[in-house]
Amino acid sequence: MMGSHTNIIIKEPLIDPSKTYADVGDDVCLPLESFPTKRWWMLISITLSMLFIGVVAVEELIRRGIGVWGLNQPVGWAWDITNFVFWIGIGHAGTLISAILYLFRQKWRTSINRSAEAMTIFAVMTAGLFPILHTGRPWYAIFWLFPYPNQRQLWVNFNSPLIWDVFAVSTYFTISLFFWYIGLIPDLASVRDRAKNKIRRFVYGALSLGWSGSAKKWNHYEMVYMLLAGLSTPLVLSVHSVVSFDFAVSIMPGWHTTIFPPYFVAGAIFSGFAMVMTLLIIAREAFNLKGYITIGHLEKMNKIMLLTGMMVGYAYITEFFIAWYSGNLYERFIFMNRAFGPFAWAYWTMMTCNVIVPQIFWFKKLRRTIPVMFVASVLINVGMWFERFVIIVTTLHRDFLPSSWDYYRPTMYEVGLFIGSFGLFLTLFLIFCRVMPTICMFEVKAVMKHRKKERGELYA
Amino acid sequence: MRNDKGLLALFEHPDDLISAVKKIRSHHFTKFDAYTPFAVHGLDHAMGLKRSWVPYVTIAIALMGAGLGFLFQAWALSTSWPVNVGGKPMVGWPAFIPVTFELTILTSGVSTSLLLFGLCWPFDFRKPSLDPRLTNDRFGLFIEERDAKFDEELLTKLLKETHAEEIKKII
Repeated sequence: MMGSHTNIIIKEPLIDPSKTYADVGDDVCLPLESFPTKRWWMLISITLSMLFIGVVAVEELIRRGIGVWGLNQPVGWAWDITNFVFWIGIGHAGTLISAILYLFRQKWRTSINRSAEAMTIFAVMTAGLFPILHTGRPWYAIFWLFPYPNQRQLWVNFNSPLIWDVFAVSTYFTISLFFWYIGLIPDLASVRDRAKNKIRRFVYGALSLGWSGSAKKWNHYEMVYMLLAGLSTPLVLSVHSVVSFDFAVSIMPGWHTTIFPPYFVAGAIFSGFAMVMTLLIIAREAFNLKGYITIGHLEKMNKIMLLTGMMVGYAYITEFFIAWYSGNLYERFIFMNRAFGPFAWAYWTMMTCNVIVPQIFWFKKLRRTIPVMFVASVLINVGMWFERFVIIVTTLHRDFLPSSWDYYRPTMYEVGLFIGSFGLFLTLFLIFCRVMPTICMFEVKAVMKHRKKERGELYA
Repeated sequence: MRNDKGLLALFEHPDDLISAVKKIRSHHFTKFDAYTPFAVHGLDHAMGLKRSWVPYVTIAIALMGAGLGFLFQAWALSTSWPVNVGGKPMVGWPAFIPVTFELTILTSGVSTSLLLFGLCWPFDFRKPSLDPRLTNDRFGLFIEERDAKFDEELLTKLLKETHAEEIKKII
């Protein structure tokens, strides 16, 4: 309400001020209620073809074994674990947006949290493929990874970081799924009430658990949502910390460092925002959501990328400094080898994409120019993929025994699976855009300014 | 007695709903509920709703998950099938912290979510909602007919005073 206080800073409106509550429903539900466009069919046929390439690669992998990959002695981990860490990292932006920004009362999150959370879920599903396939016989994996009473009377080894990882990732997936679904309930009810045909009304009605919008239920709902945000916040920080323990708890030079947990978490958020940015730039265009996902939203995300990008850059430099300062010969060697050895091309790709590229976001003009941020976000994705590749492969390929040193090259099966992982992620995302409201309608309505026509007052 | 009979008022703006709630509460109506497309700030206070009791369940289950999770790991590696790693203590507790933490979050998060699903019970799919606009762009106040004070004329007058856009009898 207009009060006696003067606002010194005039804020850019979060949502296009000409929109009404009813517009939100109409605009967001439009893709759900109309026949898929030609563009959508085109996109999904591309992503399904990518997925198919992945399926063929996996078929060969399962039939012939892990040997079809380019792994060797001493490089026993390469593209598979790189991709695992990469995809898990992508998921972190979704939880940051949905949980951490919620706790900090950042209202701008409302337009992007739904799709970012969906990306979290799909990214974690995609990530899960890699370690499971790496076990060689994935159909046994569940029996090796989870503790259950068995004939062998054995339990998993809880001292192992790999088991911590199983618990961290599966908890992360489960909680993210519940959090996402709970966030969807009021919107599913909204879709149900808009539905024109019976089947649609039944399906969305069942999914919305008969939600009526009663204030007594909102009271509990808000509390549950806040609790889940509170639980997800330490969870998301723990997940990539635990992923980093897979490396940090070993004794390999280049891995055995205490900086790893915060460094990995910052990198995860950095790469996750880049992926959210890439996809949202396309989605806001394709589904006509520019009034909700405004340049202002994209700019705020660019600022987060600038911040996390510098945290990652700081970590790279600290690692180098400590390698020199510690006086540890092996540590020094590994870092010199990273920057100037056979994988220097990967190292400098990473440095350029992750440290130099985000610096363009110091300029307001560039932060608000769509083509610039699109290219930057793609480059950051590339850079963050190379970060994991550099960490994993450069440490392994020259180990303590010079006689076993080797180079690593991926085979077409690894590349195929990598393409397939993008196929899976993007296919799931495209389907999501068709069947669920991509914007959290009820939260957007709660942050909108609502004009009363008859009395002409503007309410905040 | 069925409790879905009564009077439904629709408002265009949440502030009108809040003033209507305050008004009917001052006339001592008790059996009413508001229906809104989003959680309206200040509505729970106006309705006199207490803070949700859900967090007590969450904390209890979180503590249980942490305790049982830790004890299970300690038991599995020290008693059920002792694993000695490099002569370290059998219950090397720092190594159990990550899994204990994840189990704390998993048990409390899942049970809190299931509790919300339980609170939505019964899921009545057959009964149409009071008004389809209530999940879209209108704010509703529903006063049950079984309220001891129920008086259609008085209510209509009160609701009109607070700018109700539409008043419907639900039978």
